[in-house]
Amino acid sequence: MQVTRDFSHYVRDAGEGVRHIDLAVEGVHCAGCMAKIERGLSAIPDVTLARVNLTDRRVALEWKAGTLDPGRFIDRLEELGYKAYPFETESAEVAEVAESRFLLRCLGVAAFATMNVMMLSIPVWSGNVSDMLPEQRDFFHWLSALIALPAAAYAGQPFFRSAWRALAAKTTNMDVPISIGVILALGMSVVETIHHAEHAYFDAAIMLLTFLLVGRFLDQNMRRRTRAVAGNLAALKAETAAKFIGPDEISQVPVAAINPGDIVLLRPGERCAVDGTVIEGRSEIDQSLITGETLYVTAEHGTPVYAGSMNISGTLRVRVSAASEATLLAEITRLLDNALAARSRYMRLADRASRLYAPVVHATALITILGWVIAGASWHDAIVTGVAVLIITCPCALGLAIPTVQTVASGAMFKAGVLLNAGDAIERRAEADHVIFDKTGTLTLPDLEVMNAADIPADIFELAGRLALSSHHPVAAAVALAAGAKSPIVGAVEEAGQGVRATVDGVELRLGRPSFCGAETLVGGATLDPEASIVAFSKGTAKFILSVRQGLRPDARAVIAALKMRDIGIEILSGDREPAVRAAAHALGIPEWRAGVTPADKIARIEELKQRGAKVLMVGDGMNDAPSLAAAHVSMSPISAAHLSRATADLVFLGRPLAPVVAAIDAARKALHLMRQNLWLAIGYNVLAVPVAISGVVTPLIAAAAMSGSSILVMLNSLRARSASREIV
Amino acid sequence: MEILVILVPLALMLGGAGLVAFLWSLKSGQYDDLDGAAWRAIADDEPPQEAPVKR
Repeated sequence: MQVTRDFSHYVRDAGEGVRHIDLAVEGVHCAGCMAKIERGLSAIPDVTLARVNLTDRRVALEWKAGTLDPGRFIDRLEELGYKAYPFETESAEVAEVAESRFLLRCLGVAAFATMNVMMLSIPVWSGNVSDMLPEQRDFFHWLSALIALPAAAYAGQPFFRSAWRALAAKTTNMDVPISIGVILALGMSVVETIHHAEHAYFDAAIMLLTFLLVGRFLDQNMRRRTRAVAGNLAALKAETAAKFIGPDEISQVPVAAINPGDIVLLRPGERCAVDGTVIEGRSEIDQSLITGETLYVTAEHGTPVYAGSMNISGTLRVRVSAASEATLLAEITRLLDNALAARSRYMRLADRASRLYAPVVHATALITILGWVIAGASWHDAIVTGVAVLIITCPCALGLAIPTVQTVASGAMFKAGVLLNAGDAIERRAEADHVIFDKTGTLTLPDLEVMNAADIPADIFELAGRLALSSHHPVAAAVALAAGAKSPIVGAVEEAGQGVRATVDGVELRLGRPSFCGAETLVGGATLDPEASIVAFSKGTAKFILSVRQGLRPDARAVIAALKMRDIGIEILSGDREPAVRAAAHALGIPEWRAGVTPADKIARIEELKQRGAKVLMVGDGMNDAPSLAAAHVSMSPISAAHLSRATADLVFLGRPLAPVVAAIDAARKALHLMRQNLWLAIGYNVLAVPVAISGVVTPLIAAAAMSGSSILVMLNSLRARSASREIV
Repeated sequence: MEILVILVPLALMLGGAGLVAFLWSLKSGQYDDLDGAAWRAIADDEPPQEAPVKR
C-alpha cells in the first residue's frame, strides 16, 4: 500500500500562478532561527516568498504553481531541525485579527485628533486668562470641531455599536454612559461654539475616546495572541487521517477533508481523528479520552469508534459516520448545550458596575440641571453644568479599570502556561472555592510511563527499548521512550497482537505479552498495580516484566497540598474503575472521590455543590468531561484534552506540570483584587470631581487634567498584576 | 496674528501626514510581527549564495 501526503486542502491560490501555504513551526524563537528558515526555504527553486512571523511562530510560503510539492517544505524544515505543520486559519482567529486592526485604526485616528485638538485648546486656555480676542477663540473652537467631530464619529464606532446593541437588547453596559457622555459633550460644544461661548469640550470628548481605545485595544490584542497560540497548537496536533483513495492507495489528509462514508485506515498507535464504525480488522482500543475508562475495549466489525480513541494492537478500517449517529456524542452534545445556556447568565464585574453606575450618573446630571434652574440659573447655564457633570463622570477610569488588569493578568498567566478562552474567566476563576479533578489525563499524564524501570538492569532495559522501536504499540513506544532508545534492532519481527522478537548474537529477544515471552509465572507471582499494562521482556532464558501506566503529573501532590493550604475543597470525579481512582486519590491524599461516574452524574454533583453555594472549578480533559466543564462556575483543561473539552474550557494549560492550576487561581485572585481596587479608585475620583462639576466651576482644563490623571493612575495600578506570584507551595 | 492663516493649516497638514503614514503602515502589515521586526533590524545582510548558513 502506498501512502501519499495530501496538502491541497491548505494550499491557497495567491493569483498569477502563485500558490500560498501557511505553516505553523515549532521551536522558532530567535533571529537565528528566522534567518536560517528563510534562507533554507528560499533556496528551493521556484519559491518566491518565505517569511517567518516570529510573534505567531508561523511561516508564509509562496511559490510558482507547478511541480513543487508542499510536502517538500516540511521535509526541508525537518532537515533544518524544525517541526512544521500546515496550518489553516480558523474563522474565529480571522475575526479577532480584523477586530484588532480596526481598533488600532480607531486608536490612531483618535490619537491624531487628540493631539491636534489639544494643540488648539492650550492657546484658548491660556488666551482666556490673557488677551485673546473672542474671534480668535471662535476660530480655534471651529477648527477643533472640524477635527474632533469626524474623528469621534469614526473612532467612537466600537463604543456606539456596542451601546446600541445593549440598548436594543434592553440592557445597559459600560458603553452606554460612554456614548451618551461623548455625544452630549460634542453636541454641547458645537452649540456653545455657535453662541461664541468661552468653553468648549472637544478636547475632553476626544481624549476620553483615546484613553478608552487604548484599554480596548490592549484587551483585544491579548485575545488575538492567545487565539494564535491556540491555533498553532491545534495545527501541531496535526489531526490527519489515512483515507483510502483507491482499493490499495492511501492518502494522509487533514480531517477537514474527510466526508461521511469515506473509509480510513487506523494503524496501531494512531489516534482516531473521526467518528465511525469498524468495517474490517480486530484490535483493542483505548477510549480513555472519551470515557475516562483506562481498560482497553475490543474493537471488531461493527464496533463504533469515536474521535480521540487510540488504536492499540491491530489495524482497523473505519467507515466514517456523521457525528449525529454517534449516540454517546449526541448525549454529550445535549448536556453541553444545557450547561452552556446556564453559564451565559453570569454577569461580568464591569457590567455589574455599569448597571449601578449609569443610572447614578445620569440622575446626578439631571438633578444638577433641575437644581440650578430652581436656584435661579438660566436653562442654558443649567444644561451646560449638567453636561459638564456627565463629562467629568464619564467612565474613563472605569472603562480602563477592568480591561487593563485583564490584559496584564492574562499576560502573566500566558507566561505561566495558561491560555484564556473566555474573557470573563479571570473573575470567575478568582471566586472558585472547590476544585473537581478528573483523573485520567488530568491528574495523570496523558502518555504512558514505565513505572518499574529502576528494578531492571540498565543494559537489559536499553535492549528492551531498542527492540520496542520496531513496534507501533503505544506501550512499546512508551518503553522505547523511557529507555531513550535510538537505534532499532535489525531484523526485528512484529507479531500482531503478541509482541516483537529478534535474534542478536544468537540469543533470542522477545518483548510483548507475558505469554509471548513465557513469563506468565512472573506476572502471577508479583503484586501489581491494577491500572498498569504488563509487558514482558525475555533475553534467552532471563525474563523480566515491565509495568507501564499513566503516571501522575510530577507535581500533582504539591499542587493538591497548595490548594488545601488555600482552603479550597478538592475532589475527584472519574469515569474510571474504582481501584484505579482509589489508588490515585490515596496517593494524592484526596479523601473525597467517586469512580465510574457518567457525564450526567458529574453534572448532578456540580449542581449539588452549587446548591450549597460552592463555586466549582472543574479541571478535566476527556470528552466525557465537556458537559461538566461547561456546567461548572469556571473550568480548565490540559492542552492534551479532547477537542470538544478544550474548546469548552475557560482556561487551557500547557505542558506536563499541574502547577498552572494553582498559578492561575493566584493570578486571578490578585487580578480581581486589583480590578476592585481600580473601581474604587475610579469612584474615589468621581467623589472628588463631581461636587466640583455640580458647583459649575469646571473648565475644560480641569476636565482634561482630571480625566488623564485618573486614567493614568488606574493604568499604573493595573501594572501591579504583572508580578503575579510564581511560587506555588 | 495673520501668521495663523499659514501656521494652523501647516500644523494640521503635518498631523494629517502623520495619520496617513500610520494608517499606511497598519495596512501594509508593519505591526503584524513586532517581535520578528525587532530582530530583523540587527540581522546580518544576506550572505553570498554559496556561503554555508551558520547559526
